[in-house]
This record gives sequence, structure tokens and C-alpha cells, in this order.
Amino acid sequence: MAQLFHKSANNIAKASIVGAIVLAGVAGFAYTVIARSSYLTGRYIERQQPVQFSHRHHVGDDGIDCRYCHTTVETTASAGMPPTQTCMNCHSQIWNDSPYLEPVRASYRENKPIKWERVHDLPEFVYFNHSIHVNKGIGCSSCHGDVANMASVYQENTLQMEWCIACHKDPQSNLRPKSEIFNTAFDPSTLSEDEQKKLKEDYKIRSREMLTSCSMCHR
Amino acid sequence: MHDLKEVQKKIYPPMVEGKHTFATVSDEIGDITLKKKTPFHWFIGFGIAFLIAQALLMTITYLLAKGIGIWGNNQPIGWAFDIINFVWWIGIGHAGTLISAILLLLNQKWRTSINRFAEAMTLFAVACAGMFPLLHTGRPWLAYWMLPYPNVMGMWQNFRSPLMWDVFAVSTYATVSALFWYVGLIPDLATLRDRAKNPFFKFVYGLLSMGWRGSARHWHRYEIAYLILAGLSTPLVLSVHSIVSFDFSVSQLPGWHATIFPPYFVAGAIFAGFAMVLILCIPLRHWYKMQDFITKTHLIYMGKVMLATGLIVVYGYFMEAFFGWYSENQYESYMIQNRIWTGPYWFMYWLLIFCNGISIQFLWFKRFRESEFWLFVISVIVSVGMWLERFVIIVTSLHRDFLPANWAMYSPTMFDWSMFLGTIGFFFTLIYLFVRFLPIISIFEVRTLLPDAHVEDHGHAHEHVGDEATA
Repeated sequence: MAQLFHKSANNIAKASIVGAIVLAGVAGFAYTVIARSSYLTGRYIERQQPVQFSHRHHVGDDGIDCRYCHTTVETTASAGMPPTQTCMNCHSQIWNDSPYLEPVRASYRENKPIKWERVHDLPEFVYFNHSIHVNKGIGCSSCHGDVANMASVYQENTLQMEWCIACHKDPQSNLRPKSEIFNTAFDPSTLSEDEQKKLKEDYKIRSREMLTSCSMCHR
Repeated sequence: MHDLKEVQKKIYPPMVEGKHTFATVSDEIGDITLKKKTPFHWFIGFGIAFLIAQALLMTITYLLAKGIGIWGNNQPIGWAFDIINFVWWIGIGHAGTLISAILLLLNQKWRTSINRFAEAMTLFAVACAGMFPLLHTGRPWLAYWMLPYPNVMGMWQNFRSPLMWDVFAVSTYATVSALFWYVGLIPDLATLRDRAKNPFFKFVYGLLSMGWRGSARHWHRYEIAYLILAGLSTPLVLSVHSIVSFDFSVSQLPGWHATIFPPYFVAGAIFAGFAMVLILCIPLRHWYKMQDFITKTHLIYMGKVMLATGLIVVYGYFMEAFFGWYSENQYESYMIQNRIWTGPYWFMYWLLIFCNGISIQFLWFKRFRESEFWLFVISVIVSVGMWLERFVIIVTSLHRDFLPANWAMYSPTMFDWSMFLGTIGFFFTLIYLFVRFLPIISIFEVRTLLPDAHVEDHGHAHEHVGDEATA
């Protein structure tokens, strides 16, 4: 009777045992990398906007406060996008014939808002409120990065749940004094532990259990 | 001398009847798969089962499109057919594991000719069971969230929840059962490989038998592996259904929150499982003429196991009622009163008592234990009864919540039924395929039961040796 399988089948069978383990390991590792890659999170990817607006110029060079445009950041869930009128406060006087600003003037003339491209997009099932974060000692740069040095704004963090919850588990090391909230160059880790502790008490930050409960963000 | 043999035969009845040799065993069992023409009743049975399985396919498709709102689940009856059917199916699987693992370790020879299809039954029952909690989650495509892996949510599983233990218990159970079944099949697959004429089947059986040649070293490793797997499966017989019972007993609902649940559930599982083994083995034995291998003794033993586990379950029913009265807790006693006579589902309870409590009393009599017909009828009644038991536990406990404002009734929708009946069709489809393509009885293990396999310690052989010595 002829052999059903060639001799090499023995080696293939043995190799497949090792192969399956290696393959599973590689697939598992690849998952952890790909799931956090900017391909899936959009992190570090600059978005082209309808107007060549530079935060580096307006915030970094001119020193305009975040709240001049994002007016509702201290009082409502959304930080707020400025209407064209806010731009025209200055640009009706300066650079008022620059071709770069034609889309802004057109928007003003026709009373049609500029269609800005959203950079930070949280899923709808997350209840996020800007005002509570800003009022409890979390600065803009903690989430948005050093916007004062970004020519075109990109997403500094993954916005994945593990990133949110890392801070909710340990809010103390991310707190800063009221005066530094809108200073995008400030680094909370320069504060001493005592200062951080005092801030936590002053801001009346709630317990870790409270901050990490499901309904804190998923309501 | 003859009297002694008679007595021996009475205490240790032979597990294989008729005059069989190693070769005839291989022929009888192997030929079902390889040589004999597929009987007409196989096509009928398979066709019906396969048709019913399509109902499952269509229900799941519609369910995925529409969501679990198509079921009759409501507030407060959030667990209904989905969980009843899950517990029912997973319970059925337990007899297979008991037969293959515990009876192996206890050296019970009668397991040998029923373990193969009992294990197959376990595997297919677990496959049916697994579908229900998966679809019950509502978003089965996110079921992997229940596994601990380095996810981007920074979340770890809630290991304090018995529902989480359930995930691990059932997946471990499915894995170990599949391994156990497959390892036990390898020598028989090799037999089929050697006997098959069709080159395609020869190749497939060859692939599956993993180069088994039956050398002494192969057998040595096989025996060790099989014992290890039996050792792994043994605690699973007890743990899986204990954990399933924790899904209920760890909560605080009257009717669920009872310490008796784990042993009561385990006994119920084995009870239901043996009923299903009988439902499968009686027609198999009858249609495939396997009376020599699945003897009357087997049926009698299975009847006895069913009676014993059934009585434990009945004890559980008594205890539930007793707790309700003895606790003097108004919620507990209301629950049991509502369940037995004042509630709208009282008839379900009494139907359950009839199916699981009264019908099995016939098994005290040898006449019923020996009869294929009556055993089959009682097994079907018990299977229905065990399903009713889960209905009574789940639905009647939930429908009278702590707040009367929450009280509601439950009625299943068409899709509840089509999904449940669909899994039965799916189960029998798999059983039919198994009967057609794999040896339904373990060939090599049955051979070990033959007189030929016990030449040394058999009186017969010794006599011959003695004869020669004196001559």
C-alpha cells in the first residue's frame, strides 16, 4: 500500500504546533500596536482647514487668550467655535485685503459660517464637558497639547478610553493652578507633590472610585 | 462452577453481548460509516433537522438586523428564553462529560460503548448553549470585550461578577470537551483511514488521525493524555453548572438567592443529560442494530442514574419550598407561594413536578428500566421537565419584582420559539452528520471489553495452560 502522506508531513505537523503559537503571539502583538496607531486614532494628523489659520501665530506670537475665540469653555460642555464676526473684529482693520482671508470675508458678506474641519471628535456615547475640566484645574494643553506652537492643529492624544481613564484614575498629577489653565506651555509635573495635593483639596476633586465609575462619562 | 459463573454474570453483566471478535467489532461499527448504504431514515431525519436549523439561521439573521427587541423579554423579565435555553443546553452537555471523565476514573466499564456519542452530544449541546448568551448581549460582534486582553479602553473585566466566571467556565468546558472527544477519536480515525476505500475519505481520516500507527509508544502517550484530560474534565462536571447556578444565586432575588443552587443545578444537569443520552441512544441502538454493544444493562444503568439524580433534583424542589416557609422572610415566602399556587404561572410549576418528580418514579421498576419504549418516553418527559424547571426559576422569580409597580407577565414571541426550536434542529443536524461520518461507538475501547482482550486473567485460558502442564 502506498503511503498516504509524504514523509515531510511529520515535519509540517511539528512545525505547525510552533507556528500556531508564534502566529497567535504575532497577531496579538500586532493588534496592540495597530489598535493604538494614528491610522486608527487620527493622532498627529494635521487637518487642512478652509482658511489657513495658524494657532502658532495668533496664540504664540500675538498672545491672544484661548477664551477670546472659544468663549464658552468655562461655562458649557462645548468650548465653542468662534463666529466669523470674531475674526472680523480685527481683520476688518488689519490684513483686510489679504487674499488668504478672502474665505473669511466671503463668509462675513454672505452670512454663512466657515466650515471648519473637526480635529477632536469624541464618540457620541461619551458625555464630555469642557467647563468642569477647566474649572477643576485641567489646562487646555493637558488634552490638546501645546497649541500655541501648532501652525495647523492636530490631535495630540489618542482620545481612546484608556487615555481618558488614566487621568481619571490619577487626576492629582495633572492639576495646575487657576492662573496656568490657559498657558499651553505649562507642565503640571513641575509642581511638587505637596503642591499637587493642595490643589486637589482646593479644587475638591472627587475620589478615584467616583471619577472612574461608568456613569461618569457614559450616561 | 456453573453457579459461580451465573452469580458473576449477575453482578458483572457482560458489556458486549453476542459472539464478537476484534474484527467483527471493527466491522460492525466501522461499516456504518464506510460500507453500508446510508439508510433512508438517515436522509429523512437529517432533512427534517436541517430544515429546522434554517429557522435558527433566519432568526439570527433577523435578530442581528433588528436587535433583541424581537424577543419577548421585558422589564422586569430581562432574562427569559435566551437564558432558559442556555441553561437547558449547557445542562444537557454534562452527562457526556460525566460519562467520559468521571466514569472513566471510576473504572466503570459500561461507559465504553456510550461515551463517544455522549461526548459528541456534549460538544453539540455546548455549541447550542453558547449561542444564547452571546446573542443575549445584543451586540455579539463585541463579545470579545468579555476576554481579558490589552484593550484600548483601559478596562479590565469585572471578575466579581458570576456572569464573567460563566464566560470562562463555558469556554473552558467547550475547549476541554472538544479536546477530549478528539483525542479519544484518534485511534478510531486511524482504523477508518486504514479501512476506507475512497481516496478522499482516506485522506481526510488520515489527516485527522495525525499519523497514528498504533505503536506501543503511541498507546502509552495516548493513555497518559486521555487520563490527563479526564482529570481536567472531572472538576468541570461539577464546576461549570455550579457557576451557571451562581449567575442566579449570587444575585439577591428571592427564588434565585439560595445556597442549594450549585448541587441542585449540577444534579439537574446530569439528570437532563442522561435523558438526552437515552433519547439519542435508544433510536441509534434500534436503527443501527447496536444491541450487542449498547445492551439492556446499559439502559438499566442509565435509568438508575436518571432516577438517582432526579431524586436529588426533587429534593431541591422540596428545599426551595422549605426555605420559603422556614426563612419567615416575607419576600421568600411570597415567592414560593406565588410560584406554587397563587401566581399566574402555577401550572408551569405543577407541570414541572409531574415531569421531573412523578414520571421518574416509574424507574424504580425494572420493567420500565428495561423497556426501550418507556425509557424513551420518560426521557422526553424529563427533557421537557428540565426546560420547565429553568422557566419556573427564571421567569416566575423575575415577574414578581420587589416593587409591585414593576410586576409584569412574560410571553415568548414567534422568534423566541423559532430560535429555541432552531437550536434543536441544529443539534440534531450535527448529531446526524456525526452518525454518518464518525464511528458512533468507540471501536478500540469496545474491543478491550471482549473476552479476547482478557486472555491472561480469564479462567478459561488458565484451564488450558493447566491442561497442558498436566499433560
